[in-house]
Amino acid sequence: MLVSVYRFNPEVDSEPYMQDFALDIPQNRDLMVLDVLAMLKESDDSLSYRRSCREGVCGSDGVNMNGRNGLACTTPLSTVVKGDKLKIRPLPGLPVIRDLIVDMGDFFKQYEKVKPYLINNDEPPKQERLQSPEDREKLDGLYECILCGCCSTACPSFWWNPDKFVGPAGLLQAYRFLADSRDTAKEERLSELKDPFSVFRCRGIMNCVSVCPKGLNPTRAIGHIRNMLLNRIA
Amino acid sequence: MTKIPELNFDAIIIGGGGSGMRAGLQLGQSGFKTAVLSKVFPTRSHTVSAQGGITCAIASEDPDDDWRWHMYDTVKGSDYIGDQDAIEYMCSVGPEAVYELEHMGLPFSRKENGRIYQRPFGGQSKNFGKGGQAARTCAAADRTGHALLHTLYQSNLKAGTVFFSEWFAVDLVKNAAGDVAGVIAICMETGEVHYIKSKATVIATGGAGRIYASTTNALSNTGDGTGMALRAGFQMQDMEMWQFHPTGIAGAGTLVTEGCRGEGGFLINSDGERFMERYAPNAKDLAGRDVVARSMVLEIMEGRGAGKDKDHVLLKLDHLGKDILDSRLPGIQELSKTFAHVDPVKEPIPVVPTCHYMMGGLTTNIHGQAIMVDEAGSERIVGGLYAVGEAACVSVHGANRLGGNSLLDLVVFGRAAGLYITDVLSSGISISEPSNEDLELAMSRLTRWDEAPHTSDSVPLLKKELQNCMQLNFGVFRKEKNMQEGMMKLSELRGRINEAGLSDKSKVFNTARFEALELQNLLEIAEATAISAEGRKESRGAHARDDYQERDDENWLAHSIYDPLTKQLRKRDVNFKPKTMEFFEPMARTY
Repeated sequence: MLVSVYRFNPEVDSEPYMQDFALDIPQNRDLMVLDVLAMLKESDDSLSYRRSCREGVCGSDGVNMNGRNGLACTTPLSTVVKGDKLKIRPLPGLPVIRDLIVDMGDFFKQYEKVKPYLINNDEPPKQERLQSPEDREKLDGLYECILCGCCSTACPSFWWNPDKFVGPAGLLQAYRFLADSRDTAKEERLSELKDPFSVFRCRGIMNCVSVCPKGLNPTRAIGHIRNMLLNRIA
Repeated sequence: MTKIPELNFDAIIIGGGGSGMRAGLQLGQSGFKTAVLSKVFPTRSHTVSAQGGITCAIASEDPDDDWRWHMYDTVKGSDYIGDQDAIEYMCSVGPEAVYELEHMGLPFSRKENGRIYQRPFGGQSKNFGKGGQAARTCAAADRTGHALLHTLYQSNLKAGTVFFSEWFAVDLVKNAAGDVAGVIAICMETGEVHYIKSKATVIATGGAGRIYASTTNALSNTGDGTGMALRAGFQMQDMEMWQFHPTGIAGAGTLVTEGCRGEGGFLINSDGERFMERYAPNAKDLAGRDVVARSMVLEIMEGRGAGKDKDHVLLKLDHLGKDILDSRLPGIQELSKTFAHVDPVKEPIPVVPTCHYMMGGLTTNIHGQAIMVDEAGSERIVGGLYAVGEAACVSVHGANRLGGNSLLDLVVFGRAAGLYITDVLSSGISISEPSNEDLELAMSRLTRWDEAPHTSDSVPLLKKELQNCMQLNFGVFRKEKNMQEGMMKLSELRGRINEAGLSDKSKVFNTARFEALELQNLLEIAEATAISAEGRKESRGAHARDDYQERDDENWLAHSIYDPLTKQLRKRDVNFKPKTMEFFEPMARTY
């Protein structure tokens, strides 16, 4: 198999380039893309990428594989390699620090902007706050986000306005707290999202939905926020 | 030597997982200048992989539940070398710590009455072992660790905690008095080295399952804080005690929660027999993890393993039905499909005991303060050094941890250390300045890697040899001959690692440089494990030897203390003095 990897080390390279590796892939098991990266690193230890849990829950190893964002650790070669070729690039739209490692500063800034924490200034009870299973179910499909950045960096609106459009990951979290029966800051949250950019730059392209490695649906969450904002005006 | 840039803090927490972030939150609220340093962005820490839940007697599933029953189970689970004062503290303070998490927004699963959902887990009982199986593990589906870690990160954002995200801690700085005066750390993005000076240094770096070839642990679980502490000469307790989780996916090593068995799943061998009925007639598949892991290995060794190589057993879940699996074990379905190519709704999952948790660690008291034990057995507290979570041995898990107790340990002792350090800082302590030589000593390891010529003996190769050595010689069953061979192999590896050099010495996010530093941490921990395992001449909890097959309370109802300076083992008394109740007497441990 021919693996082509994006390389850039600011200490030695004036510009990025693609480096080709010819790899013998064992046929008896379906390797993950992360296994391939580890094999490459054994032959060239200067290759840098992030990884940790290797099971799709920590969100470290979001990369672009043959044009599609996903987690290297849960993407089997059989689903991504085309014509015995694999191109691995960093997540698009963010500054590259080195090789496959991007600067996620803009991404996290947008996450922080939505106040991704429960706001409830009432004195908490001695035990837990009660929540019905039906209300809890409203958080399913929202709280599972692993902040890998695959969605926002696949979103043309985020590429265009990474400073002003919150992006799918941040908005998914915004809705996770808007939908929580225990949160009391709905009005405040919506007020902070009503400008023309934060939410309304979403054009329903749905790249976020097609790449999310956890099968989440940020577009639907954004639709709910939109409706809440519009109902508020009406 | 040029002066290293210095940063000043009242408290620095090394590690941004559950325990580190809980401590950070507590200290952040104190108003003291605090920072949490983590080599990965905090939500990437391994707490995120915890699945089944957090065990705590909040009396939701059973209104009569009592923290003392939880304490009994934990003491028994520890095979009686868990410290009873610490276990009492954890189990009694637990409910408060869990309610705090809920108030922060943790999305626990719920019961019809709106309270937190609790599921049965291994080793749980009602009424001090006399009332049958309890259901005491509070869960957010099968993603409790993820929910907990993200909630803690979010709460820290709300509180304005300072994070050094993607900073790598290299070594502790010790002053002339032997106190810890901070840490040398690298900003991974720039490669710049800093001395972070602090009056309190908290090690919250988690476990080191990566000393084994097959582990549920993340690639980043290299025990960096433990390695640093060992190099600085601090003692470790009960390092022979490594938990092998019964259900790691065969081949991949990824974890399948004990909650699967809690929800009614069970293990079968190649004959389709539910073999745990033979080994643990009462608790069956919900016996202690050490008991279940050993039973599985015996089944495989006696030829009743499944698959073409007969090298694993099967976890059967299909009888639970799709609805239960969808609502309570959605993450497991995802992991099984990805890593075992099996849909648990239809087929059983191939599983094998897999290294999961380090019960041992830096010896601490319930405030997280590091303790040293001298030859006469008297103890002293190390100034400026604390440890919490998996990196600490406080000891609540003894020789075998119960499922769901690690998340509780994280929040209870992260919080306890935060509270205690707040008091200490308020009373106005100072740590004397380290000298230039002290700083150079802490820098020496990094300096060597930066200067050593490139060798063909590579870090990935040396790491593989170390992991295979541990897997082969210090696994579920241990033999004297193998352990001695393992110890020889480790000393050979130490020589080679001391000589190894990197080809890439660049500074910007040089992951090869960090992996080299991690390898040395793994080596320190592997050696502590090997010497402790060889030294404990009995079988207890997770430590099972073929030459000493029985538990020996007369000689070994004790903690082992490993001293890295002499590489010798000594004993330390187990605490049998809970504050509010009678202690639990050691008994034969059956399930």
